[in-house]
Amino acid sequence: MFRKLFDLIANNAVPAVFIIISAFAIPLSGFSASYLIQELLTRIGRNSFLILSLLIPIMAGMGLNFGMVLGAMAGQIGLLLICDWGIVGIPGMVLACLIGTPIAVVLGIFCGHILNRAKGREMVTSYILGFFINGVYQMVVLYLMGWVIPITNPNLLLSRGYGVRNAVSLLGIRGVLDNLIPTVISGTEATKQFLNINGANTYLLFNVPCLEGSIRIPLATFLIIGLFCLFIMWFRRTKLGQDMRALGQDQGVAYSAGIPVNRTRIIAIVISTVLACYGQIIYLQNMGTLNTYNSHDQAGMFSIAALLIGGASVSKASIANVFVGVILFHLMFIVAPMAGKNLIGEAQIGEYFRVFVSYGIIAIALVLHAWRRNREREAARRSLRGGNA
Amino acid sequence: MSNNNPLLALEHVGKEYYGNRVLTDISFEINEGEIIGLVGENGAGKSTLLNILFGVEVIQSTGGYEGNISMDGKVVHFTRPSHALAAGIGMVHQEFSLIPGFTATENILLNREVLNGSMMSYVFSDRVSTLDRNAMYDRASKAIHTLGVAISPDMVVSEMPVGYKQFIEIAREIDRKNTRLLILDEPTAVLTETEADILLAALKKLALSGIAIIFVSHRLSEVTELCDRIVILRDGRLITNQPAKELNTRQIASLMVGRESERKEDSMPQEISDQPIEVENVNDTLNPKPKKKGKKNKYALKVEHLWVDMPGETVRDVSFEVQKGEIFGIGGLAGHGKLGIPNGIMGLYPAGGKVRLFGKRLTLNKPRVALGRKMAFVSEDRRGVGLLLDEPLDWNITFTAMQTQGRFLLGIPYIFQMRNELAMAKEARKFIDALSIKCTSVKQKAGELSGGNQQKVCLAKAFVLRPNILLICEPTRGIDIGAKALVLDTLKNYNKENGTTIIITSSELEELRSVCDRVAIVDEGKIAGVLPASRPAEEFGMLMMGQTKQESENDEEGENIA
Repeated sequence: MFRKLFDLIANNAVPAVFIIISAFAIPLSGFSASYLIQELLTRIGRNSFLILSLLIPIMAGMGLNFGMVLGAMAGQIGLLLICDWGIVGIPGMVLACLIGTPIAVVLGIFCGHILNRAKGREMVTSYILGFFINGVYQMVVLYLMGWVIPITNPNLLLSRGYGVRNAVSLLGIRGVLDNLIPTVISGTEATKQFLNINGANTYLLFNVPCLEGSIRIPLATFLIIGLFCLFIMWFRRTKLGQDMRALGQDQGVAYSAGIPVNRTRIIAIVISTVLACYGQIIYLQNMGTLNTYNSHDQAGMFSIAALLIGGASVSKASIANVFVGVILFHLMFIVAPMAGKNLIGEAQIGEYFRVFVSYGIIAIALVLHAWRRNREREAARRSLRGGNA
Repeated sequence: MSNNNPLLALEHVGKEYYGNRVLTDISFEINEGEIIGLVGENGAGKSTLLNILFGVEVIQSTGGYEGNISMDGKVVHFTRPSHALAAGIGMVHQEFSLIPGFTATENILLNREVLNGSMMSYVFSDRVSTLDRNAMYDRASKAIHTLGVAISPDMVVSEMPVGYKQFIEIAREIDRKNTRLLILDEPTAVLTETEADILLAALKKLALSGIAIIFVSHRLSEVTELCDRIVILRDGRLITNQPAKELNTRQIASLMVGRESERKEDSMPQEISDQPIEVENVNDTLNPKPKKKGKKNKYALKVEHLWVDMPGETVRDVSFEVQKGEIFGIGGLAGHGKLGIPNGIMGLYPAGGKVRLFGKRLTLNKPRVALGRKMAFVSEDRRGVGLLLDEPLDWNITFTAMQTQGRFLLGIPYIFQMRNELAMAKEARKFIDALSIKCTSVKQKAGELSGGNQQKVCLAKAFVLRPNILLICEPTRGIDIGAKALVLDTLKNYNKENGTTIIITSSELEELRSVCDRVAIVDEGKIAGVLPASRPAEEFGMLMMGQTKQESENDEEGENIA
């Protein structure tokens, strides 16, 4: 009994630590429940899609796809172009996705081919590949846009006439998906004003009496995320998903069974890159501003950290890990600075802690993975020794 | 299907690897429902033959093969395993090719899953169709049922006992609808006796349904029990192709190992034994006592229940004694653990059990301690473990002595020490002359020497330690005939002059029999028996093939533990 409990905790050590820290930090921060829930819901909508895009390469045994920043860059190029053309609202987002998809596919195929040459070192390779493609992206955005690629909107361009500004406002598509089906949970009767804000009749309203204030829910975004989860569940049951699971565990065996290993790996990376492209578009749609040269940088790192905090490992991740991770990681994001301020009088300490934690957690996960793999190998060989020892 | 033509016919099949002939003129036929036992020593060409039959890529990339293979009278030429599979040849490999985290069902139907039809599959490919788990379960349980074992199709492979995995592998081949010829490479090696019996019964049942089977095993009793005909290979030639009824295990063993007189005529240069043993040895008396050079009960090395975790050469439970001043041989097939014994005693791989050196217990897993007890080791991995390839010869020869015994050093220990280059070069020169190592100078790099000379350097390195016991692995692997004779003579002389106990591990039985006083044969990680070198070759052959002698005490111990 104790053994089982111990195993359960040991296997979920990372989420357990975060739950404990949050349990202390939430009261210290002094935030109200409705504020916390509102923030969390917003961030779940904002980040889940990006994190979900990591699942398929893990299933195919390619580890954490640090190369998802490639997809993020593709999405940003799509967004820059629709900004220039002045296409707003949902059509703008769809067009950005349409522009981003072929770029993401090409980048994914490129990434897949390179990772096939670096089997067993996919993670570090895709990480460095991210830097390389970042260089190409910067060249395109900083030099080619406005010069080779026509950009007419002067608000986008640097004053020298070519190259995109560092901060681009995405007002045209800001929140369009989140507010597509305006939904509010309200504790009070003050619902009229929300009606006015959304200006339409298409809102849904729930009334929860014990709640202070009101909470908006990005329902359309959640629906898309839900659809995506269904897609992943369906994908796992397909032949392609089964092949990916097989080669994720043993490429040699999969190959000898006639599964096209390299091709399947490329497909896994392409799917992940394309989904990361959509994920980044959804993310920026919520943020409303695009940091042309930085937005994609942290997308990979924070998504991976969130997934690992959710209890995933380099070789195993589920949809539940994604949501547990996104909740715990962002709970930390929200409460840590305030808790730090209230505790020591310095918000910086929380900020520091949160960055430290997200990088630290990745390092720990990688070390744990290597350690566990060695131990499994050792155990497998020990079983060969026979009855003695 | 026509009944006139055999299912599979081989005509004058031969194969060369880089000018090295491994198969010569192999011809035999297999009919439907027939079980052929394919036996032979290591290096007899079994694996090459199986690779040719199964169309393994390595055959094609090294220049293909000679002769013809035909199925149903039509000549076939497989260049890829998938071609062989399509033609109905299934192969169960020695190593498991199962996905550990998958269930039995998923493994049996790996890449042959039953799919639900879907609209998507028209747009993309079949790979986006979902799996029909129920149909898969039914097919898997049918295949398992055919084998006559009770394994749940939902059991995950990584949680299965080893024996089950073998059944799953075979079930996978059975499930393939068109399988007509099943090749089993050492299928019983990992099975317990009961499991092996179940497997043999299942194979007989399969054969009745018309599937032909090629059964490769070194357990001769199984081969004689199961097979209709037995094909024996030796040194790449087909020695015999007879109905199993006409042969007993002893005859098979003797045909496999071959007589010395036949060996001499052999065309394979690397297989020629340097010291042909007189034919009268074959009929020598039954004298199990070891030749002794020391006093009675004075053993140099006593090993009890040793296990060694060396990948690919696992030692399970080994006990033996080596007399003082004796040359002791350890033989056996590759992969059965003979190399693991010396490597384990020297502490290079995780090991356990009791090892006594001149009556005193030796700490295992510490090479430094083993060297400190004046044991010297010549590794089978000459270029990896044995030599510092980019360093000069004198360094190589004196390196271990310098590190473990503090010799060839100037200065004050623990405070300041430096190499004594003069003493090193002098010592090296001494051995270069004594072993006639061909080199330009003592400063030549070890990596530049030929294989035989490198081996001599390794020996010199061991001799410098002035060992009480010398452990040598594969002393003649990959070196030419002339060098072989010299290396073996050197060992013999060293033993004679210094009375050093020498333990030689080698794959070449004839070499062991020519040099050693006694030879132990290792089989499946255990000692199958210890015989004086003068015993006839087929007795060793029997031991190698798992025909453990009942009177051998090591065997009884092994049985008790199992």
